Amino acid sequence: MTALVEVSDLSVRFVTREATVHAVNGVSFSVRPGEVLCILGESGSGKSVTLRAMMRLLPPRRTRIDGTIRIDGQDVLALDKRRLRELRGGLVSMIFQEPMTALDPVYTIGTQITETVMRHKGNGRSAARARALELLELVKIPEAERRLANYPHELSGGLRQRAMIAMALSCGPRLLLADEPTTALDATVQIQVLILLRRLQRELGMGTIFVTHDLGVASEIADRIAVMYAGRIVEEGPVADVLRAPMHPYTQGLLASTVHGQSRDGEIEAIPGSPPDMRRLPSGCAFAPRCIHAQPACRTTMPEPRWPSPDRMARCVRIDDAALVAAE
Amino acid sequence: MSDARDVGGPAQPLLIARDLAKHFQVRGGGRSAHVRAVDGVSFTLFKGETLGIVGESGCGKSTLARLLLHLVQRDAGELIFDGEPVGAPHGITVAGLRRHVQMVFQDSYSSLNPRMPVQDSVAFGPFVHGRSKPDARRVARDMLVKVGLNPDLFGPRYPHELSGGQKQRVNIARALAIEPRMVILDEAVSALDKSVEAQVLNLLRALKQQFNLTYLFISHDLNVVRYVSDRVLVMYLGRVVELGPSEAIFTRPQHPYTRALLGSRPSMDPRHRIEEPPITGDPPSPIDPPSGCRFHTRCPFAEAVCAERAPELGEWRERASHVAACHMLEPGSGHSRTVQ
Repeated sequence: MTALVEVSDLSVRFVTREATVHAVNGVSFSVRPGEVLCILGESGSGKSVTLRAMMRLLPPRRTRIDGTIRIDGQDVLALDKRRLRELRGGLVSMIFQEPMTALDPVYTIGTQITETVMRHKGNGRSAARARALELLELVKIPEAERRLANYPHELSGGLRQRAMIAMALSCGPRLLLADEPTTALDATVQIQVLILLRRLQRELGMGTIFVTHDLGVASEIADRIAVMYAGRIVEEGPVADVLRAPMHPYTQGLLASTVHGQSRDGEIEAIPGSPPDMRRLPSGCAFAPRCIHAQPACRTTMPEPRWPSPDRMARCVRIDDAALVAAE
Repeated sequence: MSDARDVGGPAQPLLIARDLAKHFQVRGGGRSAHVRAVDGVSFTLFKGETLGIVGESGCGKSTLARLLLHLVQRDAGELIFDGEPVGAPHGITVAGLRRHVQMVFQDSYSSLNPRMPVQDSVAFGPFVHGRSKPDARRVARDMLVKVGLNPDLFGPRYPHELSGGQKQRVNIARALAIEPRMVILDEAVSALDKSVEAQVLNLLRALKQQFNLTYLFISHDLNVVRYVSDRVLVMYLGRVVELGPSEAIFTRPQHPYTRALLGSRPSMDPRHRIEEPPITGDPPSPIDPPSGCRFHTRCPFAEAVCAERAPELGEWRERASHVAACHMLEPGSGHSRTVQ
């Protein structure tokens, strides 16, 4: 199957007078139609910047983007303004962590969805209104008819998030970009929204890129997982395999340091140190200063992607060894 | 271990809260209403334990923490610190209480003075509490070492020059600098990345032993609470719904809300995903909360009695007691599923 999304060697730098922030440093991945790729990373790892670059939402004056982003065959970085408007909300939709800032506070939910449908689909107002109602029912908002007339502030956090999802789905996107959409929600609401998103994604066959810092969330929704550290994908593979047998020392450390069912008698295995300053990235592997397995070679050059099996990738010098052992 | 500050001996609870209540007035739509943030909360905190408090946003867990330190004034109820009533004529003063109880907040940046080198922030407490300036500075250096920060390297820095994990270490150092007996950790690790969170949890664990501390650990992360706590208190809309030893709560939850909360945790196993959410809807607003049992609007087992009458938290006798406020657990409550 041809890929829906193909990103190759994407780099994003933010240039200011004082410093250059190297937010994304050579990221490549692809997403097939109907597939969910989770980009997992901690704050500052470049996961959200990658997502925003795909929609060209980063401020153009201060941002330098290199590499290529192809969505459904279109070269996103080369699109003119008019084409870009058609792409956003039409072919590609995005949902955010904080619906209160993503929705317009001075228009009702119904008006916002209706307008989006009219703009992209060319429907008349009443047809678009009917579609809006249908969408609110699709995302399981109770008393949908009445909720159309609500302003965002009149909805609870969970309902707001559902309304934003409804708006994102309004024009039948083939690709959904989700930037931590469940992070700000309470536990009992988060699982409802996750299950809803998983169901909708399957029913509508949308390719999805889901950015999160939460291993648990990734385990609930991802088909494949890409782990980012300091602006690079350090490991990628099917979600069950990566969580069961992580290969990169960072992924291993992240799994060990995530509290879930550890014995209370012992300490948690923490990763020492803290993530690097993105203004002054170390040469070589950015994780080397925190890595217990670091060798002198790690500090000079960033290891190239290695593929121990066709669907797994990791950027670590030790992976070759593992593959050799397996071959013997 | 003997502690000169220990008044009532190890068996006497360090802190007793009885029927604490705090209602905030809100204005809207021409009439005034009340947010019943904390509405009759009682619990006992024993010396040397960690009591975890869990609940979703709006359940009142942070207001409760602030009530304990008198950062907000309670409307009703009683606080007893090591046998002495707080703020009562013959009891301990609020200032006296704060010498023994310190707090670490979620936002590590806004809880430090941005214009002060962090070593001065740490030294400020001991200085205010009567140490001389050089003495307070020495204490600050010691504390920075104890939280794993090199005082020569990090002490002169300003908060914006530190990472989130380092700032939270400074906040812990500051809380411990006046040698408190109890520390309230209000979502203290929630804003940190997982790899850093683990470091800080290990640090808190080591410091608790070293300084003979008692922790009140507030968090929305159930997995972290389970790891940290000896006992757990579950709150819903300003009330305690369940209280018991950590293992009992996590392995044999009694209250339907606790079960839903635990069942909402992601599986961490892609082959065994959660197929159905345990409960639907959002938590209701604490303004005009539901009548009777506040959970009845979302509870799969709710019956008429649940809307009429608030269930009592079962009788609490000792440290190992496991109690829950639910009509199904109360013989003769009128609920059809009541255990006999």
